[in-house]
Amino acid sequence: MNKSDWKILLVDDEHEFITTLAERLELRGINARVVFDGESALLAVAEAEPHVMILDVLMPGIKGLEVLERVKRTSPNVQVLLLTGHGSTRDGIEGMRLGAFDYMMKPLNIDTLIEKMESAIDYAGKAAKLGR
Amino acid sequence: MRKLASLFKHPLHELQSDVDEAVSPERYTMLRRKIIALIVAASLIPLSVMAVLNYYEHQNAMTREIQNPLRVLVNKTKNSFELFLTERTSTVSLIASAYSYGELADADKLARIFTVMRTEFEGFVDLGLIDEHGNQINYVGPYALKGKNYAEQRWFQEVRLKGKYVSDVFMGFRKFPHVIIAVRHMAPDGRTWILRATLDTRQFERIIAGMSLEPDADAFLVNTEGRMQTDSNYYGKVLEKLTFPLPPQTYEPTVVSMTDPLGRDVFLSYAYFPEADFVLMAVKPKASVLKTWYSVRGDLLFIFLVGVAIVLLAAVGVTDALIRRMKEAEDRRELALREVEHSQKLSSIGRLAAGVAHEVNNPLAIINEKAGLMKDILSLQDEFPTKDKILAQVESILRAVDRCRGITQRMLGFARRMDVTNEELDLGELITETASFLSNEALHRKVDVRLEIDPLLPRIVSDRSQLQQVFLNLFNNALAAVSDGGRITALARPEGDGVSVTVRDNGCGMSEETLKHIFEPFFTTKRGKGTGLGLSITYGIIKRLGGEIAVESTQGVGTTLTITLPKGQREALA
Repeated sequence: MNKSDWKILLVDDEHEFITTLAERLELRGINARVVFDGESALLAVAEAEPHVMILDVLMPGIKGLEVLERVKRTSPNVQVLLLTGHGSTRDGIEGMRLGAFDYMMKPLNIDTLIEKMESAIDYAGKAAKLGR
Repeated sequence: MRKLASLFKHPLHELQSDVDEAVSPERYTMLRRKIIALIVAASLIPLSVMAVLNYYEHQNAMTREIQNPLRVLVNKTKNSFELFLTERTSTVSLIASAYSYGELADADKLARIFTVMRTEFEGFVDLGLIDEHGNQINYVGPYALKGKNYAEQRWFQEVRLKGKYVSDVFMGFRKFPHVIIAVRHMAPDGRTWILRATLDTRQFERIIAGMSLEPDADAFLVNTEGRMQTDSNYYGKVLEKLTFPLPPQTYEPTVVSMTDPLGRDVFLSYAYFPEADFVLMAVKPKASVLKTWYSVRGDLLFIFLVGVAIVLLAAVGVTDALIRRMKEAEDRRELALREVEHSQKLSSIGRLAAGVAHEVNNPLAIINEKAGLMKDILSLQDEFPTKDKILAQVESILRAVDRCRGITQRMLGFARRMDVTNEELDLGELITETASFLSNEALHRKVDVRLEIDPLLPRIVSDRSQLQQVFLNLFNNALAAVSDGGRITALARPEGDGVSVTVRDNGCGMSEETLKHIFEPFFTTKRGKGTGLGLSITYGIIKRLGGEIAVESTQGVGTTLTITLPKGQREALA
């Protein structure tokens, strides 16, 4: 699958951060939709399932881990990469247990992020094939 | 008195009040003294009272035991004297009344009577008949006293008045001590005569010898004027004046304590004679009669002193043990408090670090993305004069962000102190691998790094990455401490139910003041080069892994850090 075909959803309450990230991805040919809270993220997934969702753990309203849990329940094929601003591996491990593909710490290295997205999409593809 | 009361009150009071305060060595010394004083006082006061009571009780009992026999002896001897005199007086009285004046005036008859008297009763020297005018009518004896007139003599007057008379000892015509017994008899026809006998006082000496006294004791007769009636060993010869005053008059035998003219402490037992002008005296020096008491007193004193010594030893021993226990408890408490304080400090600093890191990470992420976007955009632009310069500035911003990320990640690492992930591992291999990270620097600085791993070192269950961080910290610190060409030795060996690793360097060492703080967060001696978190993190990790860390250091000699780790349970891996 080409990068231009990837459907990416970015979820973070830090507007400046997440919009800039979206812009940078776009420059690399990756289309990303941006939402700023958990509720909008759930709606966006319901509207159109993304391949990968980049999800901040700490947000006002519905927290990242709850969004993850609900998305995995309704749309198990969506791969989730968790973002965390603080260094607790506990959140990361808890996220993995709930079905997250991986977790990353802010500030991000964009190349690493893209590599992980690629791995997630590969994994989703293989999983879908096996499922079939 | 108030001081004594405070002595009894304070020690226990201090024991209680000092619990919440650090106890200084001076206060321990003071407390020790007070407890010893309290124990000694509480033990010695009753002991001393008992000893004094016993002393006087024993002394009284012993004195009674010594005085009673002396009193009895004097009484018996006095009775012997009285019996002796009574017998002789009765004999003379019997002869005076049994024979008529005519018979007694007959020289042959009186001589026969005298011979019988001397045969029956010892001590008679002579016998004479005196008429009512005082003329000696008849006389049997060794001297020529017939015809002598006694009308003017005191004894003659007394016998005429009282009917009987026993004289004091006197020399008289005979020039040797003797006693006169005279008896008056009145015949039915109204005629009166006096029969007079002389007694040899050697009989007195014999009675006194019958008392069987010890050589240093003495017994004698005196008259009521204090004139000796028999010889004394120490207080004068017969008819001399007694060398000490007469005791008060009593007919019952009595014992008194006194110091005699020779300066000896003596018991004087005495009794006055009711019928004669005599006082019987017996003197015994206390030194000899109280010999038993002195021996008992010595024993009592010895027992008392041994008791005092035991009390003192026990008081000092018990108090020292008590104070030692208190000190140990105090030390343990202080150590525990310090550990709690330390971990509380770590925990609050950890929370602060987590908060700061989190708050800083979000704006840092924005800077990172913005700068990243700038770089992206610049990369897509055609060449323009300042493109490279601007790109260099952006790269610089990104590098600064990277540095900040490193700092916040270390702070977060400290905050969460990393979660424990246990696995079974070979500690020797781990140490060797960690030391190899620093081998380049060691080689460059010619530092001799020696690893001595005991081949019997058991595998342990612990957290590999955290232990790597621990040993990296220790090796880093050791490298920083040694000068070029120095030596670092790591020694790993089994210890008890676990393992111990000692990292020793011959570097600059640390002062005692530094040693007190080295496990505190943000304490550093590297002046701006260190974060001051290394050993604090190490301490936290080792504690969390169930181990102990200890440090010894001497300035100018080096530092030794010893870590002990438990072997761990395989089940913990599940």
